[in-house]
Amino acid sequence: MTPRPNNLRVAITGGTSGLGRGLVREFANRGARVAFVARHRTDVERTMLDFPDARGIVGDISRKEDVHPIAIQILAALDGLDVLVNNASSLGPLPLRPLADTDCEDLELALATNLVGPFRLTKALLGALAGSARAGRGAVIVNISSDAAVTAYENWGAYGASKAALQHLSRIWDAELSHEGIRVVSIDPGDMDTPLHALALPDADRSTLKRPESAAREIADLIAEMTVARSQAVLEEVWR
Amino acid sequence: MTPAVTPRQGAHGARLLVIDEYGLVSHVHATALADLLHRGDLVVANDAATIPASLHGTHVPTGRPVEVRLAGRRSLSPGEVDRFITVVFGAGDYRTPTEHRPEPPQLKVGDHLSLGPLNASVVAVRGHRRLVELRFEHPAAVIWEGLARHGRPIQYAYVPEPLSIWDTWISIANRPVAFEAPSAGFVLDWATLRAIRSRGAQFATITHAAGISSTGDAALDALLPFDEPYAIPRATASLIYQTKQRGGRIIAVGTTVVRALEHAAQSCAWVAPGEGIATQRITSESELRIVDRLVSGLHEAGSSHYELLRAFQHDDALERMTAEADRRNYRTHEFGDAVFISRAARATTASEDIRTIISALCPAM
Repeated sequence: MTPRPNNLRVAITGGTSGLGRGLVREFANRGARVAFVARHRTDVERTMLDFPDARGIVGDISRKEDVHPIAIQILAALDGLDVLVNNASSLGPLPLRPLADTDCEDLELALATNLVGPFRLTKALLGALAGSARAGRGAVIVNISSDAAVTAYENWGAYGASKAALQHLSRIWDAELSHEGIRVVSIDPGDMDTPLHALALPDADRSTLKRPESAAREIADLIAEMTVARSQAVLEEVWR
Repeated sequence: MTPAVTPRQGAHGARLLVIDEYGLVSHVHATALADLLHRGDLVVANDAATIPASLHGTHVPTGRPVEVRLAGRRSLSPGEVDRFITVVFGAGDYRTPTEHRPEPPQLKVGDHLSLGPLNASVVAVRGHRRLVELRFEHPAAVIWEGLARHGRPIQYAYVPEPLSIWDTWISIANRPVAFEAPSAGFVLDWATLRAIRSRGAQFATITHAAGISSTGDAALDALLPFDEPYAIPRATASLIYQTKQRGGRIIAVGTTVVRALEHAAQSCAWVAPGEGIATQRITSESELRIVDRLVSGLHEAGSSHYELLRAFQHDDALERMTAEADRRNYRTHEFGDAVFISRAARATTASEDIRTIISALCPAM
């Protein structure tokens, strides 16, 4: 019953670029069953050409009406779910600007993508994740965070505040869901050479940035470790 | 009793009418469900998520509008969604009570239906002009996207506002296989699951493709429930076995759970893990081998739901239940109040001995 990487069922939001695409590649290479979500059909179709065994789903997690259609398609593609990676993120208004110059609507949009969207999708998929945990498969939710969630960087207000909220949400949810055998973790992958980073800081020296592929490998290793540890703990409970 | 007219999630605001094993009636709030449990009991719920199974579109040969309600299929596999048993209505939507809905155009084998982004064709007409087997002419991923984005939840006229898909998902919703919500599960929220464990009881799930509850046509309604596929996880089968061995009670949340567990125990006195198709009707004649208590919504006498309750209790107790629910204005249907019904006390326990003997012949869990 211990889940080998090759039967893990993994869903990744924001799966067509940067870290998300790196995670799709990493899990697909490890033989996991992968579903990924992104807003634009052309991007989804292009990514499916590169990873033909992964199922691409078109949807915008910041839109309330999209969340259950996304959840239905994830559960149909994977016949359940073991791992959810909430990776899709919005930087807030571009170019980055002080909070005092940030429109309220732009803050709302950042919260919709970085906080409320992951909350909605997680809630819709919680039954499936709890089912995975009861079956001894070890369910894990990973929320991708940032050091901007901790450090008060000027001009990163909308993004930083929404990621800080997501990080705290993760901690509370981890405490509450431990009763269901579900782990919730927030991971800061570090500054990566991704399209999102280029949008935020176009003049950054890319040679100093981490490759998204290596961040994806680290995250996949951590998830593999956690699912095995969880599944053993749950099995001991069931068979006690 | 009157129908609940707005969606409800979780135990808050719902009442629970309790019938004990001697047929005595009492009342609690649904949030107190865990207080009715004993240490060592096992609560089993159906974790099916609800498919948006109502599809509006056009009957291509006549150009006339139709509403197709998906009502059954032979498998839970998400890859096998090309064929469905469906009930077809003519023009209009849920706001017209189903019994007043116009007939669909005459459907013939080979007719095409255009249902938003999905195309389907009639494979068979199943002995009634509105009961039709359809084949969707797309790969599974396209069918799922079409259902997820174009489908609406099946809805009835007593709920006036259009339902959203999230109104029809219970908290523990897992794989999307139900055509209507396994609505007894609305009393389960995450706080209740925690309270169940704190009580020293355990919680497990099955997945059962709950079908439609009403078609508005007496001849069709008489065929309900259709055959329904279900899956019993190995962990659930093990917990049922352990619970029975220790003398604990099995509390089913929803009639679908009774149907699945009792079907799975037909060939063997214990519940075997795996997939099956529940084909039986449970009535006053049925012997319950597994389920000791049932949490269910309230349904009118004569419905298949109500018939199933007769396997648990004598008619006089059920009449008392209905009278009490009427007197206290309990709300019926999927978003309404609930009953916690005990299996009537039996004079003899001989079948328990027989069960123990048979269990020795069955495969080990």
